[in-house]
Amino acid sequence: MSRIPHRYLVNRVITLLLTVFIAATLIWIIPRLSPVDPAEIMLGRMAAGAGTVADSEAILAQLRSNFGLDQPLLVQYGKYLWNIVRFDFGLSTATFPTTVASLIGQALPWTLGLMVLSLIITFIIGNLLGALMVWEESPKLLKVAIPAAMVFTSIPPILSGLLLMWIFAAKLQWFPLTGAYGLTVEPGWTWEFFTSVLHHGFLPAMSIVIVTFGFWALGMRGLMITVQGEDYVTLAKAKGLKPRYILYKYMIRNAILPQITAFALKVGLLIAGQVLVERIFAYNGMGKLLYDAILDQDFPVIQGVSFVIILMTALSVFLVDLIYPLIDPRIRHEAQL
Amino acid sequence: MTVKAQTRAEAKRARQLRRFENPWLNPKLFWGLGLLLGIVIIGLLGRWFWDSDLVYVGAAMPKLPPPGFENLRGQAGTFLNPLGTEGSGRDMLALIIIGAPNSLFVGLLASLIGMSVGIVLGFTSGFVGGKTDDVIRVLSDVMITIPPLLILVVFQSSFGDVTLTMMALLIAGFVWQSPTRLIRAQVLSMKQSGYVQMARLSGASTAHIMFKEMLPNLVPYLFGSFIANVTTSIVTAVGLEVLGLGPQRIPTLGRTIYEAINAGALIQNLWWWWGIPTLLLAIMFIGLLLINLGLDEVSNPRLRRLRV
Repeated sequence: MSRIPHRYLVNRVITLLLTVFIAATLIWIIPRLSPVDPAEIMLGRMAAGAGTVADSEAILAQLRSNFGLDQPLLVQYGKYLWNIVRFDFGLSTATFPTTVASLIGQALPWTLGLMVLSLIITFIIGNLLGALMVWEESPKLLKVAIPAAMVFTSIPPILSGLLLMWIFAAKLQWFPLTGAYGLTVEPGWTWEFFTSVLHHGFLPAMSIVIVTFGFWALGMRGLMITVQGEDYVTLAKAKGLKPRYILYKYMIRNAILPQITAFALKVGLLIAGQVLVERIFAYNGMGKLLYDAILDQDFPVIQGVSFVIILMTALSVFLVDLIYPLIDPRIRHEAQL
Repeated sequence: MTVKAQTRAEAKRARQLRRFENPWLNPKLFWGLGLLLGIVIIGLLGRWFWDSDLVYVGAAMPKLPPPGFENLRGQAGTFLNPLGTEGSGRDMLALIIIGAPNSLFVGLLASLIGMSVGIVLGFTSGFVGGKTDDVIRVLSDVMITIPPLLILVVFQSSFGDVTLTMMALLIAGFVWQSPTRLIRAQVLSMKQSGYVQMARLSGASTAHIMFKEMLPNLVPYLFGSFIANVTTSIVTAVGLEVLGLGPQRIPTLGRTIYEAINAGALIQNLWWWWGIPTLLLAIMFIGLLLINLGLDEVSNPRLRRLRV
């Protein structure tokens, strides 16, 4: 950690904390500005289930005190902040009395798994293609085909998801249409469950990959053009090293590092895009949880999911900012500014 | 590389150099604008030539395919509904005539507001400096990390139905950060440049320096950032609509997709229901991308020469 300047570190930590604090405050304030009363929605749900509800005023008061809605706003706010620090988002109103934290705990591994998987695939494919676009030895066809594929970059993953779903799940039926694992498969550490998860995860992951790899490829292309003109590459060529060796050990190695910071810029959009992909594939992650909560007007779950996703985004940006000076010594001087 | 090929390439270069090239006559820019204009024209002219009352529920038989295709019930499409109908009998053509401009409108309005806020904050931050600069810089750093979709989900799920303009305003609250940062950085570097110093020495007012001396130089950057924000805004709006939020009473492309997914249009092979809005949105995004690439080449002449 000695390489990271103290001021830079403090700066990043403050930004992280501020981001989380502001997001948490927004999530708390917005529903309180609205005329909709969550207690009345719960009562409405009870009435819909039971036909009539006797003594509705008393139940409303009880519900309000259960959710702490009868306390002064500042007290509510303080309690909320204290709870959120401990990841306590209260109880779900739709699946009362399950805690929101346990619902998120079930959904989060799926989201993280899908994210990491698609990120690794897209990072490798994108950077390799970007590098090959610049490399003199690569086939001509590649240089023409890739810009066409770049067009996909502009499309949000939900649209590519729909297209893949239609072709490979509805038409060809190679992959299942929805879900994260087969209905007949028992979750557990078995081979059957593992293959089922991979089978179900392929299309959601691919719909993210085909719209994001172009972003990495474009960035890599720009960096490779710079690296191509460097003296050490010329020297390596003059030494008679194999072109392939120069590509991997001299060019890509030097060009790839700034790509990691590009990740910090994109992570917010990536996560939001993935939430939507999970929603259309009914994948058991945060996206589906959020969508179900919206349908049920389950405010604690909506708040909890939103907060956790924003926290994930802020943390990834923070980590990238932190790791970057450690792995790329060239950045040290700039960071001290 | 043979000598002949080299001379040919050189001859081409020379021809290009001789010709007076207007950077704004850029093919990417041209095609991008063309695609977007096409959607606007569909929206504007469509209202004249096509009966927009067909956008109401039950205007025709539900789930009719476009002519030349058959749906699962064996019904053939007719030219009464040239793009088919959706699950509750709305005409798809009328739906996109009304819906497509709505999506574009949200994107443009949100980005325009975000841009205006960005210009004001960016100039203030770069010019005033000190504490004001710190506050604006930290705030834009913080807000750029928060994904707009999630905050808007919280907002809309607690407030219920919103209008199109309201949604644009909400999205605008999340697209002012990147123009602010961009303009601030540019203003800081321009402040030191000769012509600004000169203007200052000759007693020009701050407003004059900002808007008459500096702003014209920023125009290409501003355009680029504006277009990027239009894309972000439309993506966010569509995201909200696909989650079942967004305006409930006006047809939008995102809401049509939402209804199609919920009705199982993918399994029932009703490809026109979800496919046409998807295609239109894709055209919109590709158009915006081309405009942005074109603008990049306009504002950065080195890119033009680098093109292999």
